[in-house]
Amino acid sequence: MRGFLRLASTDIRLYLREPISIFFTIAFAPLIVVLNGVIFGNEPTAAFGGYGAMDLAMPAYTAIILGIVGFMAIPVNIGTYRESGVLRRFYSTPLRPATFIAADVVGNLLMMLVGVLVLVAVGLIFYSVAFEGNAVVVLAAIVFCALSMFSIGYLIAAVAPTARIANIIGLVILYPMMFLSGATIPSEVMPEGVRSIAQFLPLTYAVSLLKGLWFGEPWSDYLAETAVLLGVGVVCTALAARFFRWE
Amino acid sequence: MPDVIQVHNLRKQYGHVVAVADVSFDVHEGEIFGMVGPNGAGKTTTIECVEGLRRPDAGTIRLLGEDSANRERVSGRIGVQLQESALPRHLHVEEALRLFASFYERSADADDLIERLGLSDKRSAAFSKLSGGQKQRLFIALALVSKPEVVFFDELTTGLDPQARHSMWELVRDVRDSGCTVVLTTHSMEEAERLCDRVLIIDHGAVVAVDTPDALVSSLGAERRLVFTLAEGAAAPSLKGSQVVGRVEQIGSRVVVYGRGDRFASTVVSALEDAHVDFLDLRTEQPTLEDVFLALTGREMRD
Repeated sequence: MRGFLRLASTDIRLYLREPISIFFTIAFAPLIVVLNGVIFGNEPTAAFGGYGAMDLAMPAYTAIILGIVGFMAIPVNIGTYRESGVLRRFYSTPLRPATFIAADVVGNLLMMLVGVLVLVAVGLIFYSVAFEGNAVVVLAAIVFCALSMFSIGYLIAAVAPTARIANIIGLVILYPMMFLSGATIPSEVMPEGVRSIAQFLPLTYAVSLLKGLWFGEPWSDYLAETAVLLGVGVVCTALAARFFRWE
Repeated sequence: MPDVIQVHNLRKQYGHVVAVADVSFDVHEGEIFGMVGPNGAGKTTTIECVEGLRRPDAGTIRLLGEDSANRERVSGRIGVQLQESALPRHLHVEEALRLFASFYERSADADDLIERLGLSDKRSAAFSKLSGGQKQRLFIALALVSKPEVVFFDELTTGLDPQARHSMWELVRDVRDSGCTVVLTTHSMEEAERLCDRVLIIDHGAVVAVDTPDALVSSLGAERRLVFTLAEGAAAPSLKGSQVVGRVEQIGSRVVVYGRGDRFASTVVSALEDAHVDFLDLRTEQPTLEDVFLALTGREMRD
């Protein structure tokens, strides 16, 4: 893993120098949450199982950040690196592909976690949102869900011929998931038909798992979600490794 | 010590396009070895196969005693400057050097390289803000950061102004003198002739000739020319009778003498002195690698 630490810290520095990625990773979700809060407030609602809209938004918008990083940031960044010849430049050194990807994953995970922290801080400060879970377990689940979603991003990066096409594929995957997975609109208020479509979206399972753990339910109640997320992660990682190209 | 690079019957094609048909050559330790030829001759494909970045369709390549496809064993001992590559837009010069240094077991001092490549006042500049020449110098620094035993430069001076080009040649000679073997490609015959210890001329994916620039030029057996202007009132001398002189042309006061052999110029000059002929602006014109290329391929080299 020679070069791993230097590469990961460089990745983070580069992330912080790109205003667009900072906006989407760190500012976007908290802004939408605040907007929703202004409109709906955080009154306990029977339809939401006695929780307020802001309470539910915390785990849901966490999932959205995972989707933004996984489906947009990762494929576009790697696609751009490949197109401009950055990957070729790395490839001509002893740097191993696995080290390159591991550093990229760690950089993206950390930025994603900063985004989640800002989101939760906004929720706690302005809406005193409810948190009934175990912080360590929830953190572990966020990382687990993130790795699963990121693997989809690396698969897009591997198969998309250009950065533009990677961007389009990412958006096509992200938007339905944002609206149908229960992330932006709580699944509790969605009609049955929509909910059955949502079953085919991986982000739905991340939203479901994170919501459950956020409100203190045991992880053992979410074995189906865990299995789906694990399966997506393993399959997409294997396919991404199979199809990855340096140029 | 065997040759640091041995290439035998290398062949590489992309689809139906044959980029390299059949190329063999050796590179000796400690020399500057240049591959020269027009665009599309197969230089970059050849050098990238040797670097282990491309897999040849046929042939064998030994690099530092290893199969060059064995990147695990080879990539840490070489340095590579690619013809086409880039760095992340926001990456700073100094960060790039420290990052790439971290990929190697042993590495050169980043500050020293920044100094040598004249990038001191750009060390915290982002890659996207660098000029073409500065990017090129950064890529050369990155190629040297591994303290390589062999360094590869693909189109080293393309896009550089003449002054930058000359200082780049100085740098390449320093690199060789420090004990590193240099392999480079260029489409400039002048660069090949002035910089390289040995030159491989390549065209249409095949080797046209390999030798030192001097040997290539003298193998032509081409005529040399001596040109001078007669001082006012001076009469054209008779130079006939000397074995090395071919023919003499005179247009007004301007005289061109054609001849062969190493002693051609000195013979003509001493003949002029003996005859007490006043002359100005004496110069000799030697055939160049450009002429060698023309003679061997029947075509002009075009940039």
